[in-house]
Amino acid sequence: MADVNITLDGKKLTAPAGTLLIEACKNAGIEVPSFCYYPGFSLQGACRMCLVKIEKVPKLQTACTTVIGEGMIVTTDSPEIHQARKSMVELLLGNHPLDCPVCDAGGECELQDMTFAYGAAESKYIDIKNHREEQQWSPVVYFDRPRCILCYRCVRVCGEGMDVWALGIQNRGVASVIAPNKEDHLECEECGMCIDICPVGALTSGAYRYKTRPWEMKHIDTTCTHCGDGCRTTLGVRRADTGIEIVRGDNRDKSGINGDFLCIKGRYAFDFVDNEQRIKQPLIRKDGRLTPSSWEEAFELIGRRFAEICGREGGRAIGVIGSSKTSNEENYLLQKFARVVLGTNNIDHHRTGDFPAFARALAGKLDATASMRDVFKAPAMLVIGNDPTNQHPLLAWQIRNNVRLHRSRLYVINSQPIKLRRQATAFAHIPAGSEAKLVALLAGDDSVLDVLVSENTPREALLSLRDRLRGEQNLVIIFGAELRGEEMARLVKVGSAVSGAKFVCLGDYANSRGAADMGLYPDLLPGYLPVTQGKTFREEWGGLPDAPGLTIPQMVDAAKAGQLKALYVVGANPVARFNIDPFAFAKSFVVMQDMFLTETALIADVVLPGANAYEKSGTFTNTCGDLQLLRKAGEVTGTKPDFEIIVRIAERMGFDVRKLVPFGGGMWADMGQSRGAQSGEADRHSVWLEAHGLETKLSPFDPMAILDEIQRLVPGYHVSRRTLLSGTDQHTRIGGPGILHNPELIVPANDDLFTSGTLGRYSRALNSVLENQRRKPVETEVAAD
Amino acid sequence: MKLSDQFEQRFHAMINHYPTKRSVLVPSLLYAQDELGYLTDELIAEMAQRLDLTDLEIRNVISYYSMLTTQPRGKFNVQVCTNIACMLRGGEEILDHCKRKLGIGHKGTTRDGLFSLEEVECIGACSWAPAAQVNYDFHENLTPERMNEVLQDYRRKVHQQENC
Amino acid sequence: MADLVSHPDEVKIVSKRFGQGATDIDRYLELDGYKAVQKALGIGPDALINEVKNSGLRGRGGAGFNTGMKWSFVPKQSPRPKYVLCNGDESEPGTCKDRLIFEHDPHSVIEGVVIAGLSVESHVGYIYIRGEYRYLSNIMQKAIKDAYARGFLGKNIFGSGYDFDVYWHGGAGAYEVGEESALMESLEGKRGIPRIRPPFPAVVGLWGGPTIINNAETLASVPHIILGGAEWYASLGPPRNGGTRLFCLSGHVARPGVYELPMGYNLKKMIYEVAGGIADGRRLKAVVPGGASTPCLTAEEVDVPMDFDSLMKAGSMLGSGGVVVLDDSTCMVKFALRTMQFYQHESCGWCIPCREGTDWLKKTLARFHAGEGVKKDIDNIQYLAENMLGRTFCPLGDAAAMPTIAFIKKFRKEFEDHLEGRPCPFEKEGVVKQLPVFA
Ligand SMILES: Cc1cc2nc3c(=O)[nH]c(=O)nc-3n(C[C@H](O)[C@H](O)[C@H](O)COP(=O)(O)O)c2cc1C
Ligand code: SF4
Ligand code: SF4
Ligand code: SF4
Ligand code: SF4
Ligand code: FES
Ligand code: FES
Repeated sequence: MADVNITLDGKKLTAPAGTLLIEACKNAGIEVPSFCYYPGFSLQGACRMCLVKIEKVPKLQTACTTVIGEGMIVTTDSPEIHQARKSMVELLLGNHPLDCPVCDAGGECELQDMTFAYGAAESKYIDIKNHREEQQWSPVVYFDRPRCILCYRCVRVCGEGMDVWALGIQNRGVASVIAPNKEDHLECEECGMCIDICPVGALTSGAYRYKTRPWEMKHIDTTCTHCGDGCRTTLGVRRADTGIEIVRGDNRDKSGINGDFLCIKGRYAFDFVDNEQRIKQPLIRKDGRLTPSSWEEAFELIGRRFAEICGREGGRAIGVIGSSKTSNEENYLLQKFARVVLGTNNIDHHRTGDFPAFARALAGKLDATASMRDVFKAPAMLVIGNDPTNQHPLLAWQIRNNVRLHRSRLYVINSQPIKLRRQATAFAHIPAGSEAKLVALLAGDDSVLDVLVSENTPREALLSLRDRLRGEQNLVIIFGAELRGEEMARLVKVGSAVSGAKFVCLGDYANSRGAADMGLYPDLLPGYLPVTQGKTFREEWGGLPDAPGLTIPQMVDAAKAGQLKALYVVGANPVARFNIDPFAFAKSFVVMQDMFLTETALIADVVLPGANAYEKSGTFTNTCGDLQLLRKAGEVTGTKPDFEIIVRIAERMGFDVRKLVPFGGGMWADMGQSRGAQSGEADRHSVWLEAHGLETKLSPFDPMAILDEIQRLVPGYHVSRRTLLSGTDQHTRIGGPGILHNPELIVPANDDLFTSGTLGRYSRALNSVLENQRRKPVETEVAAD
Repeated sequence: MKLSDQFEQRFHAMINHYPTKRSVLVPSLLYAQDELGYLTDELIAEMAQRLDLTDLEIRNVISYYSMLTTQPRGKFNVQVCTNIACMLRGGEEILDHCKRKLGIGHKGTTRDGLFSLEEVECIGACSWAPAAQVNYDFHENLTPERMNEVLQDYRRKVHQQENC
Repeated sequence: MADLVSHPDEVKIVSKRFGQGATDIDRYLELDGYKAVQKALGIGPDALINEVKNSGLRGRGGAGFNTGMKWSFVPKQSPRPKYVLCNGDESEPGTCKDRLIFEHDPHSVIEGVVIAGLSVESHVGYIYIRGEYRYLSNIMQKAIKDAYARGFLGKNIFGSGYDFDVYWHGGAGAYEVGEESALMESLEGKRGIPRIRPPFPAVVGLWGGPTIINNAETLASVPHIILGGAEWYASLGPPRNGGTRLFCLSGHVARPGVYELPMGYNLKKMIYEVAGGIADGRRLKAVVPGGASTPCLTAEEVDVPMDFDSLMKAGSMLGSGGVVVLDDSTCMVKFALRTMQFYQHESCGWCIPCREGTDWLKKTLARFHAGEGVKKDIDNIQYLAENMLGRTFCPLGDAAAMPTIAFIKKFRKEFEDHLEGRPCPFEKEGVVKQLPVFA
């Protein structure tokens, strides 16, 4: 848009036509105070804090509702303006409980800040304040009316942002009050967005309230460990008896791909970390019972047994199952451990999306994957299958807000009336299981129409949808696990006919994509390279088993047949996930690393207490392929990151760890200690180095050393390390030839907003919401305004 | 839910007057309240369903308008204006008189459910002050004695209805 | 229902048909009814707007904006339908004139709406009537029905080929809904929260379409202007203040009532001659000249012509035509309190200064009137009101602040007389109850 000339506090500037005055001021480095204005939401003009003087206009004007005009001359501060703002604060304080020291928002309250800035400390008000008791609206949301300043941010974020519309405004005048959708309680997505956006302590969360003061926390930004979307989250941590405790999750600095957004899982479900069932000591099965032992004893046992089996029967006799929730570095290390240390390709993981087929379909079209940021900017989007609102909350947020703020066109094709249809330009409701037919239709095959049409979706609607899609440009095509193998390839082919089209293949867990990229497959090396073609890796690692290994179901069969002598499970729960008969592994030596005694512990001979993503550093790759940093936030005494555990096992097997982790560059390095005062020394060391802008590769437990290798060897991961370390997401590319697998190996997680695989079962926040729901049936959808 | 034929007639006529459905909301609520006495949960759900709104949205609107209520009130709602023009001519005495006479306060309802009392803002009868409305009927140039008669008339009306 | 009054100085134009049975459409036709519309159909939009502009007709709802000028802001071309909205929410304390128009001459409002529609090429009009006026809604509904039956409304009105629909709409108790943008929200079935302006309703109004909003009296005046001519109408009042208006005299006068007087009629004369002077031989103390929102005038200030410009010069406003007369038995503190109680009750609550300010002022005034005031309260009241003024989201905040400032400035002594535990000098039992909040 054309630029207009304005003068702000004497500074002559130009800004694009249509800019709000408050934004123009912000861009010019002038802060205009505001309560009700919030970028990206509808304008209110309610708090009157942003009053400024515009020349030739008699009254002060609100900068948040004024669009700049040519020649506008604006004063943003003067005694008159200062007084106006001061009086607004005074008026608010008139009915506000002045007990900041016990308010949950004390220390990070915008009203406090404004009071400080405008010096409205003198109390003119001597009458009795209006009072109402605090209310609990849901397991997550508490509301304290007297603290509310009626900025309506919560109402807008819930309605406009979340499309939930669970909050309203009732009564009028001074009796006005924010009201929940069910009179005295909320039935909603429990995302906590309303709480986070509240400028004062009126809305507070059940998870955090009154636990600590903001200034007692240290803030660490890292990546959410729940779904595959990879929200950036800032964890508030503080020291506790048992290590470092995580007390809060939010994304106040809007630092990542998710802007303000976090769903209930990212915001509150970090609480599994201090679940009392957490294992904090290695356990070894003795006389049939898992018995506490020392790390020394456990490592010794595992190293000995693995070495024995390898020596006697070769790596073939050992199976390895990796995780979709461990870091890229751990996954890479694990497959390298399997292939190089154990000498087997028997490695697999719980697959939730067909990434190898995706790589194959893209066939080297390197720029054809969309990042999470692309989704927010695309002029048009096509979503086939999945239910992003429930399974990919951030993706759904990006899609909704792209429609709302950028008028992007959304096309939804689904066998269910999923909620995103409300934002859709066109919604095609197709019969369950007919996604492949739909792809055929898009490809021009009209013979499938009969299968696809229904009462809700007539023939013409489908044909016009196809026409409209063909007319789009820079379309982002997002598809769920409904499309796999050849069918997916077909979609990619059809989609690629749209100029500038990009794709997102959905996988369910926080690092599902990373696990796939890092080669947790029996037939694929990192970067979707078939094991038969791994020349670079073979040279780099000095040899590799040639034949493809066993998939998880094949491992079970092999165990039953007595051929699989050992199983090594890292951060996965295959017994529950694949309904494995626990007796299948009765004769195998089973080692597992996890936080909890899951169903898989039933078959384990050794259980090692692992750390989760919030307790380690490394990287995750989200479902779009965005690479992001994990930073260590919490710490629970007695546990170890999976990375360290794998290295130590290799070491105990007598393997030269330098060949596993290229650390040190010839320097002496400390292996650290696993117990006592010096435990975690290496990790602390790395924190120090990182804080000083240095990269740490002095220890074999340093994931960054492996990241070097990943970036060197895995196609698509050659991104800027410096940018990554600064906390910014880096979009990777999906390279490699890929492969076609049996589509049945893919088992979608089917998590919804309030579940998160095995992990979710240990979250108090999620459990309390689920329990609350069981008591009252949820109305899943409400009308938009 | 079942509403009277008259309501349905009005509702269906009105809904064609506007480009959006929800525009009928405020007058419809008032008509419904006239029949039901107050806005019941059932009615709120019904309106929400008819107008593609949520219960919450309907409640947001109801709570804004002072004539709409979700609490039962008496058969006759006595609304006494005490705003400036009426105040100058004895509106407060009329209110106090009603309080004593009916034995209830602002927003109270008599035990027999016959009368409710409300102090209201200007009802557009300033030149004929003091004034009151009983339901929708205006009563102007009131004195405590006139007010007695007015109340008596409504009582009589009910008795007559009951007797025949 | 309400009694009609009359005085020789009256110039009956809008009130011409009062008491003549003009709710009956045949009777209305006998009294020159629907002639103006038919004339207007032959005039064309631009000429119509000019005629109204030149008549000097200014809005009778309160703000007094030139009506023709307002209409001229409506864009000629609009992708969305244009609307006419008649504001019959009449809730300004002291005002009871639109009620008489609806009761006695409903067709004149319909006619005004249609002419407004013709002048901006709109095809739909709404007449919004406050919920308390149920009997008037009934009268209006019948009038509309009759007009449809005659072919005066609907398709091809008067055989002209022009279509025009008129609908009534009812409120449910809210003063703020009289504010034009809140009125539109209310009509659209929402809470009566004002809208951000610009854009103004003439450009973006009902359902996003350009919308003319006028008071019922304003619109009822229009047919007379079309028939009598702009020049004639303008000549009835001083420059830029054309015609007559309905003045609602109330309070301590001997003959309260609604009188139609030429614009610029002297206020003192209005009180002492038209309304028969102060009742019971008492003395004039103050006048609220244009509804509760306008700053009061003291007895010394009442020798002033009642038109928009003169009252502005006198530091007040002509407002809605509600002239409330106070004699010397009136406690100004109590009057200020009752006024603020109204605004506190009617504030929509959207913006901080009005929501919090009216509540704070009401509480302070109540305590003050009850004899528990402290000296700094008086300055605080003024400080608060002055800090609300001009800073609220809609003019209701100003409407609450302006009279309050005038009360303090003009009657400070009376406030001081309430100090130090002294009971109200005008009351026997002066304690004023407080309304519950956060109900
Ligand atoms: C708080 C408030 C209440 C109002 N109430 C009314 C009202 O009841 N009737 C009315 O005609 N105008 C009322 N107005 C004025 C309207 O906003 C608007 O200016 C008027 O309807 C325009 O019509 P007019 O130009 O014919 O006066 C009110 C304004 C405010 C700020
Ligand atoms: S928690 Fe989320 S869904 Fe629930 S009310 Fe708050 S913003 Fe709305
Ligand atoms: S609860 Fe918080 S966010 Fe919501 S209106 Fe009140 S102050 Fe604003
Ligand atoms: S959307 Fe996914 S990544 Fe984001 S907070 Fe929720 S679970 Fe975590
Ligand atoms: S001034 Fe503010 S609170 Fe008062 S009525 Fe207008 S918008 Fe509502
Ligand atoms: S920020 Fe502008 S009015 Fe609230
Ligand atoms: S002040 Fe009572 S009717 Fe107007």
